[in-house]
Parts: sequence; structure tokens; C-alpha cells
Amino acid sequence: MAMDMTGRKLFVKALLEEQVDTVFAYPGGMVTDILDELYKHEEIELVLPRHEQGLIHEAEGYSRATGKVGVCIVTSGPGATNIITGLADAHYDSIPLVCITGQVPLNLIGNDAFQEVDIVGMTRSITKYGVTVQDRKDLGKILKMAFHIARTGRPGPVLIDLPKDIQTASGPGEYPQSVFIRGYKPNESVHIGQLKKGYKLLKSAKKPLFLVGGGVNIAKANDKLLQLVERTKIPVVTTVMGKGAIPDDNPYYIGNSGMHGRYAANIAVGQCDVLFSIGTRFNDRITGDLNEFAPNAQIIHVDIDTASISRNVVVDVPIVADANLALDKLLEWAEPQKTEEWLEQIQEWNQKNPLEMRRDKGMTPQMILEQINQQFSEGIIVTDVGQHQMWATQYIELNADKQFITSGGLGTMGFGFPAAIGAKIGCPDQSVICISGDGGMQMNIQELATAMAQEANVIVCIFNNYYLGMVRQMQQLFYGKRYEATCLRRRKGCPKDCKGPGTACPPYEPDFVKLAESYGACGIRVTKEEEIVPALEKAKQCKTPVLIEFLIATEEIVLPMVKGGNPMTEMILK
Amino acid sequence: MKNRWIALYVENQVGVLAKVSGLFSGKAYNLQSLTVGTTEDETVSRMTICVTSDDITFEQIKKQLNRMVEVIKVIDLTDMPIHMKEILFAKVKDCTVADKAELFQIAQVFHVEVSDIGKDSVLLECKMTERRNNELIDLLRSKFKHIEIVRGGAVAIESISTSCGGRAEYFWK
Repeated sequence: MAMDMTGRKLFVKALLEEQVDTVFAYPGGMVTDILDELYKHEEIELVLPRHEQGLIHEAEGYSRATGKVGVCIVTSGPGATNIITGLADAHYDSIPLVCITGQVPLNLIGNDAFQEVDIVGMTRSITKYGVTVQDRKDLGKILKMAFHIARTGRPGPVLIDLPKDIQTASGPGEYPQSVFIRGYKPNESVHIGQLKKGYKLLKSAKKPLFLVGGGVNIAKANDKLLQLVERTKIPVVTTVMGKGAIPDDNPYYIGNSGMHGRYAANIAVGQCDVLFSIGTRFNDRITGDLNEFAPNAQIIHVDIDTASISRNVVVDVPIVADANLALDKLLEWAEPQKTEEWLEQIQEWNQKNPLEMRRDKGMTPQMILEQINQQFSEGIIVTDVGQHQMWATQYIELNADKQFITSGGLGTMGFGFPAAIGAKIGCPDQSVICISGDGGMQMNIQELATAMAQEANVIVCIFNNYYLGMVRQMQQLFYGKRYEATCLRRRKGCPKDCKGPGTACPPYEPDFVKLAESYGACGIRVTKEEEIVPALEKAKQCKTPVLIEFLIATEEIVLPMVKGGNPMTEMILK
Repeated sequence: MKNRWIALYVENQVGVLAKVSGLFSGKAYNLQSLTVGTTEDETVSRMTICVTSDDITFEQIKKQLNRMVEVIKVIDLTDMPIHMKEILFAKVKDCTVADKAELFQIAQVFHVEVSDIGKDSVLLECKMTERRNNELIDLLRSKFKHIEIVRGGAVAIESISTSCGGRAEYFWK
């Protein structure tokens, strides 16, 4: 029997037992006790952000880059509500987080006490599990449950609401080695019969296709997928979250499918006769019009989450399994298939409509992304959300030494920069390149201070087109160029019916270069193609975080594009 | 779209009811009734849930319930032999003497109890299938102006011998 100890001591003991080396914490009245306890422990690095939303995205970036559980500590009330967006983001993209929110003492709960909110109630639908600790004696078990639930099965965020008096109360000092939860049994095996059925179907196909989602990246099953693909000679398309599951230069890899997917990839999904999908939710951005999705195909679906199977797309062979285990088994059976004609056909589609941006209208995102590919042979590419994100999914080339981190499910603007900081904290020896837009960057720009303080020397590439480009693109295509609320240079004096940038436009604010410099970071502005390489080379030499502002062609749009709700084979190409 | 029934074993803890009901509202599932109470094991509660849905949505509902950490077991009662009853109180007000007499007759035919009576009102206490309760309500509505209805939602349990009890659909029209 361990000696009795305070809740705060047990909390830190739990972190140490779970081998937590980094916590992301923002102080406040209801977490001062656990912070005071952490003060005594140099083995746990504490990262202080400048805003709790930055904090949770940093924890997400850290977790995505390292595969470890991201640990967040915030205070009650506003501290807790500020992490809500990040919880939803992590829930969508299956990121294991353990978030501790301070709470007012038990006897004040329900009194509308200062900085009291029902955070467990608010976040019930966007956490994998959430609970308020009501009794000090349960604390050890609850913390163990939190880590167990966060990292097993389909990973996700867990929220533990910790009243202040639980932190200071004395109670059992044990931290359990394992925990039994009768209602929680994540799948740890593969149904061999179903998998065999799926493989048999795949083998019988003339036009087989793999559709790979983020599940393969989470399961770290990339090598196995590569082996399977090379042995069976079956082409692969990925979702945005599945990007990087197979190296971009692999001859069997077609590209991303979906709303801004590659032409050949979407056509291949439309034409294939067997679609073998692994670790994807069949989100609407992948399927488009459900009635027209893979209309000729029998569909096999491997996913760890039963609720993801036959939810959006009704499948022929459902298989509940971890991607790793399923791929292991498939490798035992896999044999080469006759796919030459099918591959040639896909090549033809690819040559007919390759991914390419025009080169006669100023500096394009493609030019910058190609140079980023050239300049960095290893590293972690993190994106924010918007046009630049889709361009990055199209043009960034990944291999086994490169990782791609993006906010896929929730599409959270403001995610990219803090996530990049978290990734750099988790992987300090790797290059971390954040690709962001001028809009999203401003949503968590205060984290420049965190990057400086943590010496997290990320390279931020802002694609500045003066617009909230993804929405402006919709306005451009479907709303008669009525640029309502999307121009970031717009001022009171501007004409109401502005149809695009001109010489009389007001200057852009902020001046990103000066802003970076005001934090002590390095700021570089790139206005034309010739300056791209020198800027990136300079950035690599910098001993501080670097912010490069690329003034890109302003009205560039992301193509191909499928209008929301349309079939994926109906792409706008020009 | 049809009615379906689920028996749900859950942890008897704060917030579990909110989580289960929140799933139905958050995902726009059509919840007809939900009852909850503790079981022989006081750490476990059992819910009887009735939803209206199509086949695909119903499969999804069961999966979504199953993946909740606090849910111990999901039982689909729809095609099982079960016993299912619902408590209903019906208070009929502004009754004439003739009304009262008729209510006694109705009670006799429906096998329900007249559990309270006053100068001009009668209280019926019914423990019948939901379907039978619906029929009684329809009848009372057609005959009396001022009625007050309180119903508890169905509770269901699996049959012991398959010859008695019926499929859930039997309990609903």
C-alpha cells in the first residue's frame, strides 16, 4: 500500500508513471496547486502558451508528431472554454489528449461561482470521455482511465475536470498499473473470415483500388501498406488525412481524392470495381454525392471504429480492425494482380489533367511548395486551414522521412502555427515547416511569443493573398464575385461592390515582417519567384523562429474543385 | 421509418443520462421515449429506449451507443420476445354524473384502476402496453374535453418462455 498523499501529488505521480515529459499549461486560480506541484519536477517540461486555444493545438501538434498523449492543463471557466475548439479538432482527427481543467471546489459547483462552467457538459459530444472527479479516492483510477481511453482503440481527447479541493485533499497514493472498464473494449483483433472475404473480392477485381485514410498514419502502418501495394500492384488514393500513408513518388500512388483531389484519383474512384478502404470515415469531402460515389464498386471497409463503418457509405464487406493488424494479415496472403491495363488507364487520366498551376500570373503556391519539397529532405509539414492547405495536400511531396499534419475533420483555422510549435517541441531535431494563410495565421499569432520562449524554431510560410481565400474562391465561382467579408485589406472607405484588388487598395495589415521582428523572430518578405529559394535558405540558417510572408497571386483558386454535394467525378478543372 | 426498442445497460453515474440523451439530440435521432432506473446491481442503470428510424440509422444508433465508454451493453429488443408495459395516469376533469359512470365502464373494459375520484373528476391509473394506453387516450380525447395525461414511457424485459410475451411491434400500433 502506497502512503496517502494529496491529489496534486498523485496527479504528478500519474504523469511520471505515464512517462509524460511535456505538459502544455496555462495558469489560473483553480490549477495553481497542480502547477505548484509541477514546479518541483524538472523532468516534466512545462510549456506556457499565450492563449489556451494555442495551448491545445500545440498539444495536438506535439501528439501528432510524436504519437504520444498530449497533456493540457487549464484553469476553470474561460480557461476551459478556450480549449473547446481544440477538443473538437482532436476528436475529429483522433488525436490522443488528456486535458485537465481546474474546477471550483465541490461545494461551490452549481453556485455560478467565479469562473465556474460545466465544462464536462459542454464538451460531452466532442470528447471520447469526460468526467468531473467527485471523490478524491477515485482520482488515481480516473487518471489511469484517461490515459488508457485516450490512446487505445480509435484515439481521442479525454477531459478530466478536477475541483480545487480534490487537488489538495489527502487520499490513496496508488496509481493503478492497469484499469478495467466494463463498457470499453477497444477492438484488438481482426475478424479473419471477413478479411478473407474482403481479400477474395479484391483478388477478383479487374480495376481494384485502395482508398487510404488517416487511420493508417495513426496506426503507423505505412510500411505495411507500402509492401502490400507493391506486392499486389494495386493503385492507391488517399484522403487528406491519409496523405503520407504512402510516399508521393510511389508509382502506384495516384494522389488525394475528394473535393480538391487529383483528377485521376477521383475518376479512378468513380471507375474502380473493388474499392478497398482502410481507416477512413467516408467524409462528405471524399464522397460528394453519395449516390454517385464509386457507383461501379463493391466496397470493403477496414476501420477500428464500428460506428465509422456503413455510416455514410453502405459497404459490402465491413471489417472492424486496427489498420496495422489487418495489413499484417493481408500481407500473408497478398499476391501480384494483373493491373497493368488499369494502371495505364489511370496514367492516361493523369496526363490528361495533371495538377498544375499557370506560371504567367505572378508567384503561385505551386512554385513555393515545390521549393519547400526541394529544400527539405526530411521534416514535418504542418498546415493551417484554407486554400494553402489544399495546395499543400496537392503539391507537398512526402516520403518516409516527412510527416504531414493538418486539421482535417474540423477544419480549424488557427490550428497550423501552434500545432507546428507543438510538433517542434516534440521533435526538436526535425525541421518543422508551417504553411499558413494570412487569415489563419492571425487567429493564433500570439503564439509567436511561445515559439520564442520555447526556442521552437519553426519556419512559418504565410501565403498572403490578402483574402480569406477559400471562401473568396466560392464567391468568385458561385456568388458573382461579391466579396463580402473576405478581403483582409478592406476598410470603411472601400467601394461596396469591389470585384477584386486594384492599385487603390489600402495597405495590408499587419506588416508580418515587422510583427515577427517585434517578437524577436526573423521576418522575411518574398514578392517574386526568384526570392523563394534564398528566403528558404536563409530561414534554415536562422537561430530563431522564422516567418516568411509570400505575396502570392491574389485571385488564384484551388483546382480541381467539386462543388459541395456534387458527384466527385464532376470536377471544375479551369 | 418504424419504431424500434433498445435496452441499454449503463454505468449508474452522474452525466450518463445527459450523454445518452445528448447523442439523440446532437445527431438528430428521433427519440420517442426513454426510461431509466437502477438494476439489481446498483452501479448499473438500465434504460428502455424507443426510437423511430430507418434501418441504417438504427444500426448507427446502436453503434454510437456501444462506443460510449459508459455504456455496458446494448440489446436490440425489436425482434425479441419481450414483456413491455407503460404506466399512465389519466385525469378526467369537469365530469358530469353520467361522465363518471361512463369512466367506470371504460375502466372496467380496459382493466385499469380508478385510483382517485373527486366532485367532478376521475383519475385512471393504467399499466398497459403503450399501444393499449394510446387507444385509451384516443377514446378519452374523443369523449371528454378536459383531460390531463402523464405517461412514463415503456419499460421492457426479455421473456422467460418465448410462448408468452410478444415482439416489440405488438406493443405499438
